[in-house]
Amino acid sequence: MRIEISAKRLHSDFVKKVEEISGETLPSCYQCGKCSAGCPMSFAMDLLPNQIIRLVQLGLEEDIANSKTIWFCASCLTCSVRCPRGVDLSRIMEALRLITMRKNIDYVKISAIPGEIIAELPQIALVSSFRKLTA
Amino acid sequence: MDLSYYPGCTLKTKSKNLEDSAIASMTALGINLVELPRWNCCGTVYSLADDDLVHHLAPLRNLIRVKEEGNSSVVTLCSFCYNTLKRANLLIKNDQEKRNTINSFMEEEIDYKGEVEVVHLLQVLRDEIGWEGISEKVVVPLQGLKVAPYYGCTLLRPQEAAIDQVERPTILQRLLQSLGAEVVDFPFATECCGSFQIVGNPEFVLDCAWNILSSALRRGAEALVVSCPMCDFNLGQRQRELRNRYSEFREMPILYFTQLLALSLGLGAEVCRFELNYIDPRPLLKDKKLIP
Repeated sequence: MRIEISAKRLHSDFVKKVEEISGETLPSCYQCGKCSAGCPMSFAMDLLPNQIIRLVQLGLEEDIANSKTIWFCASCLTCSVRCPRGVDLSRIMEALRLITMRKNIDYVKISAIPGEIIAELPQIALVSSFRKLTA
Repeated sequence: MDLSYYPGCTLKTKSKNLEDSAIASMTALGINLVELPRWNCCGTVYSLADDDLVHHLAPLRNLIRVKEEGNSSVVTLCSFCYNTLKRANLLIKNDQEKRNTINSFMEEEIDYKGEVEVVHLLQVLRDEIGWEGISEKVVVPLQGLKVAPYYGCTLLRPQEAAIDQVERPTILQRLLQSLGAEVVDFPFATECCGSFQIVGNPEFVLDCAWNILSSALRRGAEALVVSCPMCDFNLGQRQRELRNRYSEFREMPILYFTQLLALSLGLGAEVCRFELNYIDPRPLLKDKKLIP
């Protein structure tokens, strides 16, 4: 894969926005991969959690947009409590989701969920899913 | 002793078995859980965005209700509610700038600085009554019942909200041992069940459930013990699908810790509301001679 790394990308509005929303210091990550090793949803992800943070560091917004990884994060915080550099990746994942959702884009389409599924799901499942994955 | 109690939405609807067995057990142990006269949904998940304060208002309003009642702590049963209330409280306690913004936004409310302590029922059992105190009250020891304690995420993560050691918790194990059960240790006790992904990506949650349940089964567990209505659903409700997908899978009841507590305190099966469990635990409990 050929990627372009430039000062413009490294200091792009996108990188600044992720740092601002997440409150995390992106360069702290040294790519040990512990987040991906412990992630319970990594089996479903096209890019691993440590790859996502690397792409954010490099400002490669399009690569993240083309991946489904951020939408499969369950915010279980396993990565956060294990990171040896104190980076809270769950907050970076949240910032990345919010950058999309604040454009009024939903990941979960509420109207597409059948009524009988809504009726059987516990309330906390519905509310948290809508909070995490809809605009 | 009276303790202020915040139930949350799911305990009033899908998880009456958790609420009913908890209230009855605590009464038997000398603690009255007094439900807040006014409460609202906690929002279920703590906002992880630095620039999003509005989602902290719902949990904080509940804590303001507790303060208005003149109580210094509030007990939660649902793991999601515990986590959301606890962390919103830590935020307002530790971040002066955000505290000022939130308080001035909620000008109709009394000022709140994080004075109320948020505790989970398991902490009350450990810290107020103690394992020995519970053991002394057991009239139906859960002898021969092999149970695997499953913690999930929100009682343990992040570190500052954890009710026990993050990577090696023992609180459920100690409780179940006090009740006379045989506790089965298994490596997926703190692994996430897939949580709210059940709504948007249910097929992946089935994989999570398989990992957790098959590990507990291999270690010889006959039932899994949980505290969270989300884990209960993700691990219990989809077991029929797991049986269809994996021929070696055997169905395994998921029990709330409060149901086993009530049973061992001799409060009878009715209060446990076993009919609400996704996999009926009564055949197993009958087999162990714990219910008639």
